[in-house]
Amino acid sequence: MSAGEATRGNAGRDRAPGQRAHLRLAGDAEAQGRRPVAVLKGGASLERSVSLRSGERVQRALKQLGHDVIAIDAGPELLGELLERQPRAAFVTLHGRDGEDGTVQGLLEAIGVPYTGSGPAACMRCTDKALAKYLMREAGIPTPDFRAFKESAVRELGVAAALPVIGRELGFPMMVKPASQGSALGVNIARSSDELPRAIVAALAYDRKVLLERYVNGRDLAVSVLGSQEGGRGSKPEPVAMPVIEAIPREQDFYAYESRYEIGMTTFVCPAELPAETTARAQELALATYKLLGCHGVARVDLMLDRESGELTVLETNVVPGLTETSLLPLAAEVAGIDFDALVARILASASTR
Amino acid sequence: MAQLGIFAAAGGTLAPAAPGCATVAGAMTIDDGSRRARPTAHELQRYERLFAARTSGMRSSAMREMMALTERPDVISLAGGLPDTSTFPPALYAKLMAQVAADSTARALQYGPTEGMGAAMDCIVQVMAEEGTAVGTGEMIVTTGGQQVIDLVCKALIDPGDVIVAEAPTYPGAVPTFGAYQADVVQIEMDADGMPIDELEATLDRLQGENRRPKFIYTIPNFQNPGGVTMSLERRHRLVQIARERELLVLEDNPYGLLRYEGEALPTLYSLDAANADRDGKSDFVIYLGTFSKILSPGLRLGWAVAPRPVLEKLNLGKQGADLCSSPVTQLFVAAYFREHDWRGYLTELKTLYSRRRDTMLGALEEHFGDRAQWTTPQGGLFIWATLHGDVDTTNLLARAQDVAFVPGRAAYMDGRRGSSSMRLNFAGLPEEAIREGIRRIGEIMGGDTGLFGALTGSPPSHADADDEGERDASAAALADALRTDGRRRRGR
Repeated sequence: MSAGEATRGNAGRDRAPGQRAHLRLAGDAEAQGRRPVAVLKGGASLERSVSLRSGERVQRALKQLGHDVIAIDAGPELLGELLERQPRAAFVTLHGRDGEDGTVQGLLEAIGVPYTGSGPAACMRCTDKALAKYLMREAGIPTPDFRAFKESAVRELGVAAALPVIGRELGFPMMVKPASQGSALGVNIARSSDELPRAIVAALAYDRKVLLERYVNGRDLAVSVLGSQEGGRGSKPEPVAMPVIEAIPREQDFYAYESRYEIGMTTFVCPAELPAETTARAQELALATYKLLGCHGVARVDLMLDRESGELTVLETNVVPGLTETSLLPLAAEVAGIDFDALVARILASASTR
Repeated sequence: MAQLGIFAAAGGTLAPAAPGCATVAGAMTIDDGSRRARPTAHELQRYERLFAARTSGMRSSAMREMMALTERPDVISLAGGLPDTSTFPPALYAKLMAQVAADSTARALQYGPTEGMGAAMDCIVQVMAEEGTAVGTGEMIVTTGGQQVIDLVCKALIDPGDVIVAEAPTYPGAVPTFGAYQADVVQIEMDADGMPIDELEATLDRLQGENRRPKFIYTIPNFQNPGGVTMSLERRHRLVQIARERELLVLEDNPYGLLRYEGEALPTLYSLDAANADRDGKSDFVIYLGTFSKILSPGLRLGWAVAPRPVLEKLNLGKQGADLCSSPVTQLFVAAYFREHDWRGYLTELKTLYSRRRDTMLGALEEHFGDRAQWTTPQGGLFIWATLHGDVDTTNLLARAQDVAFVPGRAAYMDGRRGSSSMRLNFAGLPEEAIREGIRRIGEIMGGDTGLFGALTGSPPSHADADDEGERDASAAALADALRTDGRRRRGR
């Protein structure tokens, strides 16, 4: 990591060409009476360290753009500090619990601090993968078949009796995931009905609700979506889809999904090598999902491309995509010609176009 | 996250798009006029090219992420490897620091010799003599914590792919070090008497058959971390014998040897090998690792290695490259402490304290874990290894726990998979009340998980379920059996 840190400081400097937008934004910042932008990061989620890395990188970009920046590690001081510092906007780089599920967003609205990204309702719809999938199904957006239930149902409603039915319906192997968790923890593949109870118990360690999903033998795709550029203030923001990314696991071991989570175990290709119509369809689905769930400013939609049928399905939507050096959104944006500082500027603008 | 979790924000490296694959995201959806046709060097790509191959062995895992979360004040953490430094008298600390400052300003603020300062080495000779191991100051190197010895030994001995034979479970802190040197680590399941030597021999034979030559055997013979078991005298004799016969090195990691609360002290591997040696009382095949961390303070970052001369020279060269020398300030502090204070007396105090805490934890385990788990009863050291019945993954249990922490067993295995139903519990770092409450909290969460499993299957999780997971789980179960046998037997059940 330290090598990365050391060189990263230089990265911004040798990227001068084509970034005139900064100057204008810097001017904006001055016009705003130098009230700072608060970067909210960290927090007590399983993705804390990713969030800290995203946050630090955003801080640097915001400074580069001419903003005064304060960084707040989300904890017991969060709201007090926001009230005291009165930032002109909060840049949310919190992942997981509280930061991504609408809690922080609702509280920011309560204290009147504009913030980046989606509002509380969209956050809740996206964070609860089961809810998002119900909504997608109703709206005709293809998503792998699924069932979901809460821990209380296991204890009080005798869910066990229904497992054979669900097993027949979704088939094996079956994905078993916590309904709202952004890391790989708690995600298991049940290969047979015997493995189902254990996988459910494991998933319920991370969330009160478990999602059982038909396993798709397919290629993993991700499409990031950005709200319109800051120039569109006032007019109806029209979101745009970034180039498609494909994640290709280096290890072919079907069940070694945990290692895929480790750095270096997955290769990302952007733009994904896909037929033009598949790319267009993936982007179309991502935009439709983004709009359906009411996202604002930025989101990343994950999809599967079935190897056999060629069918595209939407798995889930992340309302606070990672912004680290290894994250997908910055990569896709760069391929689309939007460098990191410009990306940050654009996400920041979402705070004022809500 | 994608269906398999590979879009999780932490993972992945970037590959350049294949040339000619210019399907850059249908223009209709990109309304950015300044878009470049092809991506230039992306930041990540730039770094990926620069990273050494060995960084592929340096892994950040989701589990470690979770461990980081437990560092909150409301969490009772039984996860640390900590001794209790609050027992050290503040006045004494102040006095010793003042003395170092007044008497040795220039020396304390200057570089020291790479091998260490004579004053600190004299203390090390005393500590080792306390365990019946006679060494001279010329056979050792003072290091920045015992951890540095593990690093330096790997640096001196391990080429990528070389084999290290270690215990299973092994010291979680050694796992990333071994990984960073791209070692091929073969772990041998322990039983109540530590590493089974028959198993070791069979493993060495097998490795030889496969043309894989182990470079060293890594063992913590006393109150093993995390297993809590102690290698028997007979096995110690056989281990040094095997090292001698096969001309292999043994890295004897002994941070806790002096923290024995009951039973008879056993000789160090170093001293046993030295007795075999044909030259004057120096071991030929054992590298001894010691530390002041557990008998005085981990904050000093002071450890040491005693090793055969040629190995010592390589360690010294490695240390020159790593940090030139360990801090003279802390070396002089140790020297002053040994001169001014009864270090054996402080050690006795610590033993009394930790021994009580161990008993407290054993009592709490009896009360709150009861028949749902089994655990080792260490005769010393800092850790108890508890193995839950059935196929409960303690990593998930930790996720469920909001206010208590422990080290999931998987951290003690190189593959990060075995040991999943075990946990390491530190009994030394916390007051008795916190220990009781911590164990009660873990017991409570276990109850929740077991109840849930029962509700789904009509029965609690059983070992039979784990069998189809194949060999690795079978061996994990064997380990669990072995280690808990110790607990049961010693507890007279």
